[in-house]
Amino acid sequence: MIEFRSVTKQFPDGTVAVKEFDLVIPPRKTTVLVGSSGCGKTTLLRMINRMIDPTSGHILIDGEDTAALAPVKLRRRIGYVMQNSGLLPHRKVIDNVATVPVLNGVPKKEARAHALELLDTVGLDRSLADKYPRQLSGGQQQRVGVARGLAADPNILLMDEPFGAVDPIVRAELQQETIRLQQGLGKTVVFVTHDIDEAFLLGHQVVILQKGGHIAQVGTPAEILANPADDFVASFVGADKGKRVLRIEKVGGRDVVVDENGTPTGVLQP
Amino acid sequence: MKWLESNFELVWQLTLAHIALSVPPIVIGFLISIPIAWVANRYRVSRGTILVVLGLLYTIPSLPLFIFMPIVLGTPLLSSVNVSVALTIYAVALMVRTAADGLESVDKDTLLAASAMGYSAWQRFWRVELPLSGPVLLSGLRVVSASTVSLATIGSVVGVTSLGYLFINGFQRNIAAEVITGIVAVLVIAVVFDLILVLLGRVVLPWSRRERTGSTRASRRQAALLSGGVS
Amino acid sequence: MNLILDGIAWILDPANQTGPGGWFARLGEQLAYTFGAVAIAAIIAIPLGYLVGHTGRGRDVAVSLSGGFRALPSLGVLILLGLGLGIGFRAPLITFVILAIPPILAGAYAGFEAVDRKTIDAARAVGMTEGQIVRQVEVPLGLPLLIGGIRSGVLQVVATATLAAYVSGGALGAFIFEGVATRNYSETLGASILVTLLALILEGVFALIQKLVVPRGVVAREIKEVRTVSSRPRAAVGSPIQEGK
Repeated sequence: MIEFRSVTKQFPDGTVAVKEFDLVIPPRKTTVLVGSSGCGKTTLLRMINRMIDPTSGHILIDGEDTAALAPVKLRRRIGYVMQNSGLLPHRKVIDNVATVPVLNGVPKKEARAHALELLDTVGLDRSLADKYPRQLSGGQQQRVGVARGLAADPNILLMDEPFGAVDPIVRAELQQETIRLQQGLGKTVVFVTHDIDEAFLLGHQVVILQKGGHIAQVGTPAEILANPADDFVASFVGADKGKRVLRIEKVGGRDVVVDENGTPTGVLQP
Repeated sequence: MKWLESNFELVWQLTLAHIALSVPPIVIGFLISIPIAWVANRYRVSRGTILVVLGLLYTIPSLPLFIFMPIVLGTPLLSSVNVSVALTIYAVALMVRTAADGLESVDKDTLLAASAMGYSAWQRFWRVELPLSGPVLLSGLRVVSASTVSLATIGSVVGVTSLGYLFINGFQRNIAAEVITGIVAVLVIAVVFDLILVLLGRVVLPWSRRERTGSTRASRRQAALLSGGVS
Repeated sequence: MNLILDGIAWILDPANQTGPGGWFARLGEQLAYTFGAVAIAAIIAIPLGYLVGHTGRGRDVAVSLSGGFRALPSLGVLILLGLGLGIGFRAPLITFVILAIPPILAGAYAGFEAVDRKTIDAARAVGMTEGQIVRQVEVPLGLPLLIGGIRSGVLQVVATATLAAYVSGGALGAFIFEGVATRNYSETLGASILVTLLALILEGVFALIQKLVVPRGVVAREIKEVRTVSSRPRAAVGSPIQEGK
């Protein structure tokens, strides 16, 4: 469990990225922080592994205040996946995946053997182990990034817009992969995105943020769709238009679901 | 200071001679470099060949090059033409690579857009490619200017008049003040030239003055340039 | 061209080769100056450049220092130090150290700066300490540019070492000055040819070293890019590699 307790972050240039932020992130679930740029979502994420330190307030992991933990040690037990993978270009895929275990003192041979298994886990062929990151496609690099994030078997996995730079088809694949991994491994995943569809797809808990880290609404996707807290949330999730406004039409005795424009999207099962 | 007061006329004459010796190589070197760089970029093969040959020319130490010049040009050993031509060779060798990089650094989409709007190849070069590579050309020209001004002093070893005379004479007569005066005068010329180039850049390329944050790329290029050098 | 042949004949004449005044010994002096000065300069400049490159502090000072030194006339510095320290090897050596510091400093910090900020950010995020980031990420990825800087330093010093003879510091320049003074043109030319050949050989050697130290993952991308995109093969690590003189 991760807790934010009235966390404020003001950067040296005066911008207040996050103000008096409170949130509880439940264990073994996926929590998605979603909002437009400038809402402080990445700042919040990076405060969890102390890449950024809060100006005031506390962040607790399983009841332990992170301010009391050494940043480097903390980061090694939290997985981190970022946009553009952030792999080390001069190291082979296998060594990139093994980075954190090796930093933690696991013998290289052992770390590599485990890294090979992780390639299987994230759906990469083992033949890619000896390639360099730049010889891989963007989607493959992201998978390596995920494998690296999982290598030290962390309880928490932070994902900072990890699929922002890959094409829609690959993104859909990677999203399904993320759901599968989260369910299979039971990690606490904190995921940052600006894409509400991605948020609803992946999140058990979705946190909709406004400027300055102000929480517009927290809830399951269904809760948010059913009862948008205000007009901002309603328009942000698109509850008032297009494909989210569905109604039923009777066609040949069956209940056909159609969207705002009357385009059919499916059939209700009795 | 005392030495300078009593020899001001000499220093002034040498300063003028030094400027006269170093300006033509800077200007001519720059003008020659642009078409060579263009040709270098035009074809893959020519780029490699031209840049390697110029790189090797640049490797030739200055004193030997001053001495080879009379043989190649048929000029007298003590002629200032030797030094001017040698300095021009260095300027070209240094400038072509930067110019080639500069021309190549122009955004390909911008060039595509220019062609799509109906610029001919000739117009596109003069109105789009050349101005857009201006900032990189300028940074290269500043390096060329500083190194040419400094190198011109070595001409005095082979008897060509420049501020280097103050080094030679100061050494023979054991006057440190004279040598220091020479060093300072060279640095002053280099700084003045640099300021002129920067001002020229602001006038010719007003659009290129970007925000401080956006300047990292340019300053990295500057740093990269600085790791190369002349003697 | 007969003069060139005279110069070559001077080089090949055994009488000019051996003994303390022969060109074998002078060549050795030239190389000793070069590698001695570059080694001392490297000890000073590399840690300093790494510090600037890693922290980003003092960057402006380092840039303007490297730029300003380019305009410093090495002959003037040599003679000034010669007047202060007397004739011999000390004044040339110090001059050449001063000459070699800026390119090595620039190579060291430019190498660090050329590393993608995202890569460093990621290294920090997975839990590398600052020391590990320097050793495992910045040093290997910055090595090509550092070697480029050292290459520039070596070539500048090997060229300028010719001037050492002006303050009786020996090296190949001794023949050039002697030849000019005694109007023995073949001696001057012979030594000039030797210095030029030495510079060209060192250039070749360093070009090779530089190719070898580019981390393989970085080369991997180059190959890929050349195949797919035509124009910018060496943007990240290339420009200063051949920038050296």
